[in-house]
Amino acid sequence: MRTKFFILLAVFGLASSAMLVTAARPAGGTITGKVTFTGTPPKMKPIDMSKEPYCQKLHNPPIKTQDVEAGPGDTLEDSVVFISAGDQGSSSASTPVRYDQKGCQYIPHIAVMMVDQPLQIYNNDPNAHNIHPLPKVNAEWNKSQPPGAPPIDTKWDKPEFISVKCNIHPWMHGYFVVLKTSHYGLTGADGTFTIKDVPPGKYTLTAWQEHMGTQTQEVTVSGGAATANFTFKAMPY
Amino acid sequence: MGKFFAILLIIITLVSVYPIVTHMWWMPEVVSAHGPAVDHQLDETMIGSGVLFITSQFVLAGFIWAFGNHKGKIKNWPGGHKPVVAFGIILVGLEILSLSFVGSKVWASMYITKPDPNALHVDVQAEQFAFFFRYAGPDGVFGSIHPDKINDGSGNYFGLDPENDVAARDDIVVGTLTIPVDTPILLTLHSKDMIHNFYVPELRIQQDIVPGIEIPLHFTATKTGKWEIVCTQLCGLGHYSMKAYLQVMSKPEYDDWLKQQSGD
Repeated sequence: MRTKFFILLAVFGLASSAMLVTAARPAGGTITGKVTFTGTPPKMKPIDMSKEPYCQKLHNPPIKTQDVEAGPGDTLEDSVVFISAGDQGSSSASTPVRYDQKGCQYIPHIAVMMVDQPLQIYNNDPNAHNIHPLPKVNAEWNKSQPPGAPPIDTKWDKPEFISVKCNIHPWMHGYFVVLKTSHYGLTGADGTFTIKDVPPGKYTLTAWQEHMGTQTQEVTVSGGAATANFTFKAMPY
Repeated sequence: MGKFFAILLIIITLVSVYPIVTHMWWMPEVVSAHGPAVDHQLDETMIGSGVLFITSQFVLAGFIWAFGNHKGKIKNWPGGHKPVVAFGIILVGLEILSLSFVGSKVWASMYITKPDPNALHVDVQAEQFAFFFRYAGPDGVFGSIHPDKINDGSGNYFGLDPENDVAARDDIVVGTLTIPVDTPILLTLHSKDMIHNFYVPELRIQQDIVPGIEIPLHFTATKTGKWEIVCTQLCGLGHYSMKAYLQVMSKPEYDDWLKQQSGD
């Protein structure tokens, strides 16, 4: 009887200390930073949508190509920053990512998602689109969506940077960035990004910009906030 | 019954000829210098083939009228049928040959005759499912084309290489064929992917665009305005939407437009 009591006590004690250790683990840190460039980036070209009068009317003055979205202070919008090595504590994502075809443009230009995260593609235009992602690792497909067609429900099962085009409107261009990690950030108009809930540790952080490529750096998170800035070298052509 | 069919045939013939003679469904307005010659050629073709058509239908109706109720064996044509058939073939053959001969002059004026040395040169790229037009820019020289550099997403529809090719840096690429009125225009047609067609009914120009071949053609627009350029070769699921516009401007308007484009 006494032995049994001690065993129970020992098991209970171990379980409680394990719970204490988990609770005592410092809360996730945050990595913030800015993506900028030096040099002269290429000039973005105005997109002539005259073949689709509905879309042309929506964009006055015409929108420009989005390969390099430079902001004031030489910041870079739409760059993806993510943990590429040493990742831990990454969660899975079940909230669908919404991708719109609106005004003969992909919105958002860069859609970041996790492997196996649901992706919903909508056509909001009164004209047809034929979305054609061009993956090299995942399976390639293209689907037509006449006006009023239901959204396309899909997902990607391998991490990849997938260029997306429309087979009807040659100027339409975007990216699906499919990542293994939930620790990523997308730079806004001011070039800044935030990656939340990163457990303490040493990580390799990668910044990707569709025209300028990738850059990596090591970052250490020790509970609080960590900073990582990236600077790309821009060439005019 | 024979007489009934003979009369019916005459009625059908006259009803078919009426819209052509009265130009009821004729081509749209002409806006090119060579256009009236094309229309004239079309008229000559219609007259030539029309006379033969009406004659043959009336002869046919005459035979039906005369022999429609003939119950016995129809007699052979005097001298046998061979001379009649041979005469028919020679007559139609001569007509087609003479039409081609007469018509080749207006055709040659667009393709064979050398363009005006001061013609405005515009490069045309057709692809699924749009047309793009390139101007040489302020330096007056076109950048060279590198198909491996084509990148629609970046707006590089022609495959220019501005990094290494200085002439390509100021090339102007737009989606509307904008040209000055009364100015000779030289187009060079290219296709990125498959056979397309450059058709502007008002210019009286319809030309296939074949991948791998540079097709030059020249014309002069005689009226300002905006017309549709359509693809008339079935080129895929978006063929119905493959179109662009031809914008013909006055010379000063065109110069302003060009200046504005160069400034972008």
